[in-house]
Amino acid sequence: MKVRIFVTLKQGVLDPQGKAIHHALESLDFSGVNDVRAGKLIELDLDPSVGREEIEKMCDKLLANTVIENYDIEMPESALETVS
Amino acid sequence: MQSAVIVFPGSNCDRDMAVALETVSGKKPHMVWHGDSELPAGLDVIAVPGGFSYGDYLRSGAMASRSNIIKPVIEAATRGVKILGVCNGFQILTETGLLPGALMRNSNIHFVCKDAALDVVNSNTIFTSGYDEKTPVSIPVAHHDGNFFADDEVLDRLEGQNQVVFRYRDNINGSSRNIAGIVNEAGNVLGMMPHPERAIDEKHGGTDGLALFESLLS
Repeated sequence: MKVRIFVTLKQGVLDPQGKAIHHALESLDFSGVNDVRAGKLIELDLDPSVGREEIEKMCDKLLANTVIENYDIEMPESALETVS
Repeated sequence: MQSAVIVFPGSNCDRDMAVALETVSGKKPHMVWHGDSELPAGLDVIAVPGGFSYGDYLRSGAMASRSNIIKPVIEAATRGVKILGVCNGFQILTETGLLPGALMRNSNIHFVCKDAALDVVNSNTIFTSGYDEKTPVSIPVAHHDGNFFADDEVLDRLEGQNQVVFRYRDNINGSSRNIAGIVNEAGNVLGMMPHPERAIDEKHGGTDGLALFESLLS
């Protein structure tokens, strides 16, 4: 099963990369861009037996640095049905 | 005085660190590979050097902080062995949790490579007893991810407990409260972005890093 982890900087943490992208969009004459935040997408191909709790451990122990980052886990719908 | 330098794939200041330790202590340090699961017995000092371990994949220091050797390094830190983390070594120590906070991309996105003027904010540590707080020092920096971040509560605690050791005189990377180096609560673990091991020989442009090694190795 394919699980996607979105790692983003916490609110209030300065994102210089996002700021640079924002600036570049403006210099390409795109208007109406209020803010840009850059993050990471990590795709995991997991055995269906791996539960959400285990994935959260992976995020806490390695994939995200929770001092500065938040993470969201996107599980396939079929996996959610199995859990519920 | 027995010392060791931990070597990761992508470390590039490990040899400079070894030269600095040997110059000041007169003894060659052990060079310890990250994949080892044990440290040599009887170490007094462990240096985690600068570089780009694992190509800075995922986050600077993230992969290195999960390597085999880190478990015994954490155990040694708990026993009171002195740990010095410089640049990537500082990033690795924050990723292990031995030091609080995180080192993020420089706020102006530029890689900064220059001599940085620093204030020694606390000369009452085992790392800085050879410095005078009234005299600023000049130590080279070379980093992309040196922007020290911690929330206000952690920053207040660091300042309240005199754990801030070095501050930039000009904030070159966006670090919270100009912080360039901190120690842990017990005072035996120091992380700093500037490179004292690159400032131990007049031929290289200055010797302001010497006092750190002299304090540490005395």
